[in-house]
Amino acid sequence: MTATQDSQAQIPVTVLTGYLGAGKTTLLNRILTENHGQRYAVIVNEFGEVGIDNDLLVESDEEIFEMNNGCICCTVRGDLIRTVQNLMKRKNAFDAIIVETTGVADPAPVAQTFFMDDDVRAAAKLDAVVAVVDARHVLQRLEDTEEAEDQIAFADVILVNKTDLVSAEELATVEARIRSINPYAVLHQSERCGIDIAKVLDRGAFDLDRILSLDPHFLEHGHHADECGPDCDHDHHHDHDHHHGHGHEHGHGHGHGHHHHHHDDPHSVKSISLKAGDLDPNMFFPWINQVTQVQGPNILRLKGILAFKGDPQRYVIQGVHMIVEGDHQRDWKDDEPRESRLVFIGRDLNWDVLKDSFQACAAQ
Amino acid sequence: MPTVAPVEVDGYVVRAGYLKDTAFFASGEGDIVLSGQGETKLRPHKAGLLAAEPTIDGKGLITSGDDGCIFVSATDGSSECVAERPRKWIDLIAAGPSGALAFASGRTAWVRFADGREKEFAHDRAVGGLAFAPKGMRLAVGRYDGVTLWWAGTEGAPVDLSWKGAHLGVSFSPDGKYVVSAMQENALHGWRLSDSQDMRMTGYPAKVKSFSWSVKGRYLATSGANAAILWPFFGKTGPMGQTPLQLGTRGDNLVSAVACHPKEDVVAVGYQDGMILMCRFEDNAEVLLRRPGLGPVSSMTWDADGVRLVFGTETAEAGIISLQD
Repeated sequence: MTATQDSQAQIPVTVLTGYLGAGKTTLLNRILTENHGQRYAVIVNEFGEVGIDNDLLVESDEEIFEMNNGCICCTVRGDLIRTVQNLMKRKNAFDAIIVETTGVADPAPVAQTFFMDDDVRAAAKLDAVVAVVDARHVLQRLEDTEEAEDQIAFADVILVNKTDLVSAEELATVEARIRSINPYAVLHQSERCGIDIAKVLDRGAFDLDRILSLDPHFLEHGHHADECGPDCDHDHHHDHDHHHGHGHEHGHGHGHGHHHHHHDDPHSVKSISLKAGDLDPNMFFPWINQVTQVQGPNILRLKGILAFKGDPQRYVIQGVHMIVEGDHQRDWKDDEPRESRLVFIGRDLNWDVLKDSFQACAAQ
Repeated sequence: MPTVAPVEVDGYVVRAGYLKDTAFFASGEGDIVLSGQGETKLRPHKAGLLAAEPTIDGKGLITSGDDGCIFVSATDGSSECVAERPRKWIDLIAAGPSGALAFASGRTAWVRFADGREKEFAHDRAVGGLAFAPKGMRLAVGRYDGVTLWWAGTEGAPVDLSWKGAHLGVSFSPDGKYVVSAMQENALHGWRLSDSQDMRMTGYPAKVKSFSWSVKGRYLATSGANAAILWPFFGKTGPMGQTPLQLGTRGDNLVSAVACHPKEDVVAVGYQDGMILMCRFEDNAEVLLRRPGLGPVSSMTWDADGVRLVFGTETAEAGIISLQD
């Protein structure tokens, strides 16, 4: 575990994922044409049919590099390392980087590049992974491919696009399905990617805070806040039957008609939110290292805000597969409950063991 | 006492060096500053500049940019676009014999001969480094999972040197007996060409981005640690089983650039904080050439006589250090 670099000096990077035709390029062009005073360097995988109008546009062929460290999931995008290093020679020319991935790209190596390569880490920081989802076709994509599920699981922000092409009922089904994969992403709806760009860019710490301080249900079922308030601890009440691994969609009976059969697939992506008070760092760090070493290939993402006993500062942690990165963020505020929250999104994880072993890290 | 004459540059110094007696500073923002009798500024590329390398005869500076062009510029201020790959970022170049040059983007390398002919060398995976052999029209291409040696002038079959992982910078020893590559991992890899014997040079806390051969190729000096690491390449077995020299050790700073002196067993060592030391191999004696500045030293080169050293940093600082008044 290594501390992050000075975040002030790092260029923010937004990664756009999503299937071909979902609307990535439309969103990209909206970002670039909106008058926001920011200058972007844009890295695309292929020059598509729709032109992208930007001064600093780089085409980059996907090059997956395996690391010689015996870790099968430790892959990075060699082409991104090269492109970011080249961009750093022109620091005066842009303020932020946007990476547009191909529809079938695995988001893990993209994200891992920003954690694993020291030069890239020093230069840039991953601000958010934004998944653009086609409301009309996403359910079929999820049936057909694992990448579609990975893209949703990896996302910090999900834009459910083309909402004008589906009925309200269909949209509710789509959103429930997305939520069942990733309840912690911030979800927005759009037609033709018409969205306030500020909701997509420069999310960083804000989203981490929001994701972890709110119950995941809050966004979806704000009117049920009395049932699912911030102090509600039902995150812990995971269904012990792993066919319904992610329990809280079902347990509270306010499912909006989502596809139950997906929960019957033990390999589909699920998530867990763990909560505790102060943690003992001497217990937690060996635990998280062990969990990510052993279960890394199944962990798509993890994020957390932690309170360590005797430590006045909040500790933020995030990870992809076997990589975990953490750093002190800021002092706990007086009116803020010292609470540790940790979210895992992954496949085939033993949720009960994770929960129990996490609880064992609580400070005595 | 060494003196530092600052030179004004407009950005990240991609390469600082000499064209005969004229110092050049090529910046990522696109400017090339020539400092000889007076100072002149060239700007051949439409926008940024990604790599710069003097020609072997020292008369021209080869540069590549994000405009997809390769220019050769001269001290008289002229610039000629000698090759173009529209929309590609050409970030690797190498100067070859008889006016040839090599460049690469993505998975493809090209050699351009003095008469304007071009030859393409395709690879399955990303190209990370280019170097011409000291003799003959032979090109080494660092790539994913190894290095390929091409005879650029003929149709001969290439030689593949395999080692798992991504190979970035690549260099021939001055006697042509060894090829060394810097890897994505914090390591160097080398091959003895007579028998393709592998050599692993590891233990670096950071990637090796700068290397320089000492007089007669006796040592290979490298960046990537908190001292300049110099691997011995004399004797039959090269660095195998040998302990490298560690010069200019600092507790709190990594070496970001190295440049061996052209005549003496001395190396200029540039650090992440911008400091530059000169270190003698024999006794590790150190002379301070430049105090810390704003950011990492990105490029350094000695003049042919070894009395002046040009340097540039990632943070738009540059200068000429003179050892004599």
